[in-house]
Amino acid sequence: MFAFILSRLLQALPVMLVVALIAFAMFAYVGDPVSIMLGQDFTEAQRDALVRDLGLDQPFFVQFARFVGNAVQGEFGLSYRLSRPVAELIAERAPATLELASCAAAIALFVGVPMGVFTGLYRRSWLSRFFLTFSLIGVSLPTFLIGILLILIFSVWLGWLPSFGRGEVVQIGAWSTGFLTGAGLKALVLPSITLGLFQLTLIMRLVRAEMLEVLRTDYIKFARARGLADRTVNFGHALKNTLVPVITIAGLQFGSIIAFAIVTETVFQWPGMGLLFIQSVGAADIPVMAAYLMLIALVFVAINLVVDLLYFAVDPRLRADRGAVRGT
Amino acid sequence: MTAAPLLEVRNLRVEFPTRRGTLVALHDVSFSIAPGEILGVVGESGAGKSMTGAAIIRLLEPPGRIAGGQILLEGRRIDNLSQDEMRRIRGRRIGAIFQDPLTTLNPLYTVGRQLTETMQTHLDLSNSEARKRAIDWLEMVGIPAAAQRIDSYPHEFSGGMRQRVVIALALCAEPRLVVADEPTTALDVSIQAQVIALLKRLAREKNTSMMLVTHDMGVIAETADRVAVMYAGRVVEIGPVREVVKHPHHPYSIGLMNSIPPLDHRVERLAQIDGAMPRLNAVPPGCPYNPRCPKVFDRCIVERPDLLDAGSTSAACWLYDRAEAPHV
Ligand SMILES: Nc1ncnc2c1ncn2[C@@H]1O[C@H](COP(=O)(O)OP(=O)(O)OP(=O)(O)O)[C@@H](O)[C@H]1O
Ligand code: SF4
Ligand SMILES: [Mg+2]
Repeated sequence: MFAFILSRLLQALPVMLVVALIAFAMFAYVGDPVSIMLGQDFTEAQRDALVRDLGLDQPFFVQFARFVGNAVQGEFGLSYRLSRPVAELIAERAPATLELASCAAAIALFVGVPMGVFTGLYRRSWLSRFFLTFSLIGVSLPTFLIGILLILIFSVWLGWLPSFGRGEVVQIGAWSTGFLTGAGLKALVLPSITLGLFQLTLIMRLVRAEMLEVLRTDYIKFARARGLADRTVNFGHALKNTLVPVITIAGLQFGSIIAFAIVTETVFQWPGMGLLFIQSVGAADIPVMAAYLMLIALVFVAINLVVDLLYFAVDPRLRADRGAVRGT
Repeated sequence: MTAAPLLEVRNLRVEFPTRRGTLVALHDVSFSIAPGEILGVVGESGAGKSMTGAAIIRLLEPPGRIAGGQILLEGRRIDNLSQDEMRRIRGRRIGAIFQDPLTTLNPLYTVGRQLTETMQTHLDLSNSEARKRAIDWLEMVGIPAAAQRIDSYPHEFSGGMRQRVVIALALCAEPRLVVADEPTTALDVSIQAQVIALLKRLAREKNTSMMLVTHDMGVIAETADRVAVMYAGRVVEIGPVREVVKHPHHPYSIGLMNSIPPLDHRVERLAQIDGAMPRLNAVPPGCPYNPRCPKVFDRCIVERPDLLDAGSTSAACWLYDRAEAPHV
């Protein structure tokens, strides 16, 4: 098990290095940090001093190695736009994005899986057809449009829910949460639905397809031939087998939820990392962009690892392969 | 036959409604199985052997349905029971064994769990009693070190061992009848005989009747008490095993038995029956065998024969109609 985790981490290493290279390249080739930091008036001596301070006079590999070394310590320098440490900015914004993404993922999972199971089991019912039509809308409408439509209906017309911001947040140590106040929870509803809808329909269709596949297998027929209750067969035997492949996709989707939060956060002016990123792009704030890029890559790598571990927990065939190595 | 039959199938008709008309997959199939008796069922691929078994346990693939006839178990009709009542018959009164042990067991459940859930569905057993019995069953079907193997997953067993587990699953709720559909076809030739011997021994010990579908005439000769020969969705001959194998009456059975290699010496080329069995949508009027029958005569083209008394067996062939006696 430990060897497995280690090998996965080693595999992730080149991926992270490539991302770091891209992030680093942004510093070197997009915009000129020296002129950005110096402003309009400066002397040649000031300029040379700054170049030396930033280490820009050193060879490429030295600069890159230092960048990676700093990045590992969460050190990305100062934001050009806000003149504050990037790590601090991101840490401030992370709770907002993570809470939004978790809610969206929860909606996608806890609504998408039951809907998929239902449409798989009762293919011919009108409700299944309704779900499928609905899922087409979810897949084909762009996120920002869904967000705007939801705002129009629930904020503008009905006035039930806020159209922007996090509502009231409570500070717990370094973490600011919207879960503890009514206004905070209300503010979460529309953005989470907007962000989760695409993944919801994706998971629903995936679960449905898998369920149909599994229901055709011999072991399900045999379970019925043994006289097991429909409930046991459908929600025990069939569902468990359905979820094995769903885990991977759903897990990887969580990564894209965090990444795609950019659009939702922009529509709802949600003060998360995505919004920070968009604002940084507008201001060519390279340090923030680089840090965001690396963070997202890290999230994907971490999620991949968790998904692999979950596979182990669910599928005994994989556990056995591992056992075989031990000689059992 | 003196004892009241355990299973009686009367004029069973199975249809598949399709866009281009209704396919009749089983046509007036009638036979019975006495308590403790093993009925072998043979016939070319597509003859309707599996379909008959599936109709008995009422697990026909939709849209297939029983369109006529009756199925009686211990004198009680079971073809018109609700799905819920039928569930209590499956496993408990009629067990089933499928062809491919590699796909018949749920890969995510231990064999012990699959055994205990089957027993606890049908019998009033505590968890510890069920587990004890599951170990007993694994021992009975010849799994070595059953007490340790009970917590293994299906993939940890070989094909032959898995089929033994399937046999245990089919028998563990002590059904009166087992429908075994080609239980050894998917197995390695070297272990087929062992598995059949096991099946026969357990059926005899528990006085369980069996409907044994197979292509292997050797298995039939050694295992079955009586044999039914099927052709194009019909039973064309039925009778005691010795008679059907050694002195078949129906021209199709004669052709089928001639195509079996003799056990004692190899022949250069097996006698084949010319032509192929008609597709369901192209069964000729009259006797379905008439295009291939070497003894075909006028009446066979227009009138369909039912099972007629042919002396030691019954055969669906006009040659055995008393009125046609001169032709024989
Ligand atoms: N879903 C279906 N729709 C229409 N026809 C079907 C369907 N399933 C099976 N059939 C037909 O029913 C007939 C009987 O099939 P069955 O599986 O009982 O044959 P079998 O005797 O078991 O053959 P085998 O020895 O190959 O197992 C075949 O002609 C088959 O083509
Ligand atoms: S009824 Fe006629 S065609 Fe059919 S098997 Fe008998 S002889 Fe042949
Ligand atoms: Mg078959």
